[in-house]
Amino acid sequence: MKIDIILAGVGGQGILSIATIVGAAAIKRGMYMKQAEVHGMSQRGGDPLGKADMIISVEPMESLRYLPWLKKDGWLITNDQPFVNIPNYPDFDALKAELAKVQNCVAINADQIAKDLGSARSSNMVILGAASPYLQLPFEEIENAVRENFARKGEEVVNVNLACLKAGRELAEKK
Amino acid sequence: MSKALFLGDEAVAQAALDAGLSGVYAYPGTPSTEITEFIQNSKQGKAGEVHSIWAGNEKTAMESAIGMSYAGKRAMVCMKHVGLNVAADPFMNSSITGANGGLVVVVADDPSMHSSQDEQDSRYYAKFALIPCFEPSNQQEAYDITYYAFEMSEKFRTPVVIRLTTRLSHSRSGVERKAERPQNPLKPETDPKQFILLPANARKHYRKLLDKQADFENDSLNSPFNQYIDGADKSMGIIASGIAFNYLMENFEGGKCPYPVLKISQYPLPTKLIAKMVDECGKVLIAEEGYPFIEEQVRGVLNRTGNIMGRLSGELPRDGELNPNLVAKALGMPDTYGAPVPELVVPRPPALCVGCPHIDSYTALNKAMEKYGKGKVFSDIGCYTLGALPPYNAIYTTVDMGASITMAKGAADAGMRPCVAVIGDSTFTHSGMTSLLDCIYENTPVTVLILDNSTTGMTGGQDSHALGVLGEICKGLGVKEEHIHRINPLKGHLEENVAIIEKEIEYEGVSVIIPTRECIQTLSRRMKKQQAAKK
Repeated sequence: MKIDIILAGVGGQGILSIATIVGAAAIKRGMYMKQAEVHGMSQRGGDPLGKADMIISVEPMESLRYLPWLKKDGWLITNDQPFVNIPNYPDFDALKAELAKVQNCVAINADQIAKDLGSARSSNMVILGAASPYLQLPFEEIENAVRENFARKGEEVVNVNLACLKAGRELAEKK
Repeated sequence: MSKALFLGDEAVAQAALDAGLSGVYAYPGTPSTEITEFIQNSKQGKAGEVHSIWAGNEKTAMESAIGMSYAGKRAMVCMKHVGLNVAADPFMNSSITGANGGLVVVVADDPSMHSSQDEQDSRYYAKFALIPCFEPSNQQEAYDITYYAFEMSEKFRTPVVIRLTTRLSHSRSGVERKAERPQNPLKPETDPKQFILLPANARKHYRKLLDKQADFENDSLNSPFNQYIDGADKSMGIIASGIAFNYLMENFEGGKCPYPVLKISQYPLPTKLIAKMVDECGKVLIAEEGYPFIEEQVRGVLNRTGNIMGRLSGELPRDGELNPNLVAKALGMPDTYGAPVPELVVPRPPALCVGCPHIDSYTALNKAMEKYGKGKVFSDIGCYTLGALPPYNAIYTTVDMGASITMAKGAADAGMRPCVAVIGDSTFTHSGMTSLLDCIYENTPVTVLILDNSTTGMTGGQDSHALGVLGEICKGLGVKEEHIHRINPLKGHLEENVAIIEKEIEYEGVSVIIPTRECIQTLSRRMKKQQAAKK
């Protein structure tokens, strides 16, 4: 089995945690894992265009930026809450309309779900949860990787992140 | 042994530790920074068993490493590609002295210039210095190569280069480790002539280095990192080096390329393998990340047969990073492309952080410079280079570490007035102090703003060598005390700051203004730690 995933978002939104967790779960399964980070001023990835199975994004405009990498029947799973740090950020409704044009798209308000569960910062785990049904990894493996990733931050942080992960998954399964 | 998930940089660091490293010397620079940080955060680094404190610049780093090698221990130097320009003097001469303890120079190139001012290819430096060079194609190989590089360095008594590129440095993959080897005992060089490069000695050493070339090539020829992979379709052969080998294989399901492939990860080039490929195949496509280094050597300047293809012949672009799509096109395979990026998607250019002290420094400087018109501010390498972008549009040059001050001096020598330099605290200690000394020596009318955010900000907040002592350094170099000012870059101090800058700009001599306020990123990290400690 081979699966190509693009993770997108703005710095500080927790993409690297998603990457670390997916990576750890994949390696536990004995899969061969390659993960390219594109940060700082770089915008272009070293990955082939039009071949990614899915885009997992914590920011809606950033999710659209990587459409050239997504294959025709690939999935786009994204947070629909914009991160606005530029003056010319596009109109929110227009952005939602663009997302609606994508054939296989799961767009959710991950910020709200995370906030309701008591940790606004954990919207990345909601998104990972929403993407989890498509990852072809057992959910328990992902849960274990979440536990390991946040273990040094204490039980409380682990639990809220697990709750966010689960909430994201349940929402995606309903859609 | 289970696999650990490592960045390319981390794989190099872990391999060096496992190979018995005694010290890493480096100045931070993207994409090489994580190597040293990994060693600093390792068990051995934290315990102080392996030296890992940042060096003042790449030249001092290289020299310290040569010293550690002289003492018989294994040393590693890490830098970004342009850092090797700074370290070039000791680097080039270290090939003449040779190594005692293993000496490995890791250089991370940045093709496509993601965060650099050029995309120079460090393989040329290794060739220039006549020493072996490795170019790993994946994380496991980055580990294996680093482990071997120390052995090779000691076996041939030569420094060895490992060339990384951005995508390898900053991508992760599973890595299997080897057995940990103890550090070398202290065993200083016993031949008094080995490290004294008096011409009489240097000539002999240089001859020896030339004699070693055949051994180096022989090692390349038999290297597990260079592989001739046969293919049934001999209408074309492919030479792929470093990460370009990955990009090539991405295009073939199951990694089965129909053409013969020569994978290169160790230099000097294994001539025999290249000759075999050229003899067997009608034409040869060369895919390499960076400059057409192999292609130039294989085709020569004439390329009369036209059968060597790559970046020079136009099958691949002459500049920028490669990717699997570009290699596919060069192979005549169909290009793939998903949906286009919707028009409403706009770029998100890098910007100074909310609350960054540089914002207030530029606001004050711009106000003070209003009456002098454009083009009078010289700047340097750091976060504050973003002062070139709107809304600041405050600076007019960025060339290399330290150049702000000396370029301002040159312009002042030409008669331009006023000439202002803007440089960060870490960049100042890296390469700005000697520039300032040049100005002081001639009392050149320049005003230097040293933006002191108490860290090396752009690479993630490494320690700054001049923490708290910038004023003393400037005074010690000879700037008159009444022309050294510490100012507080905050909105509330704007008028006062503008007045100080205006006054010093009018002064016909060297003045230094030091806007001092901690980087907002390191500050918030420190606060979080403090809060966590209170809990």
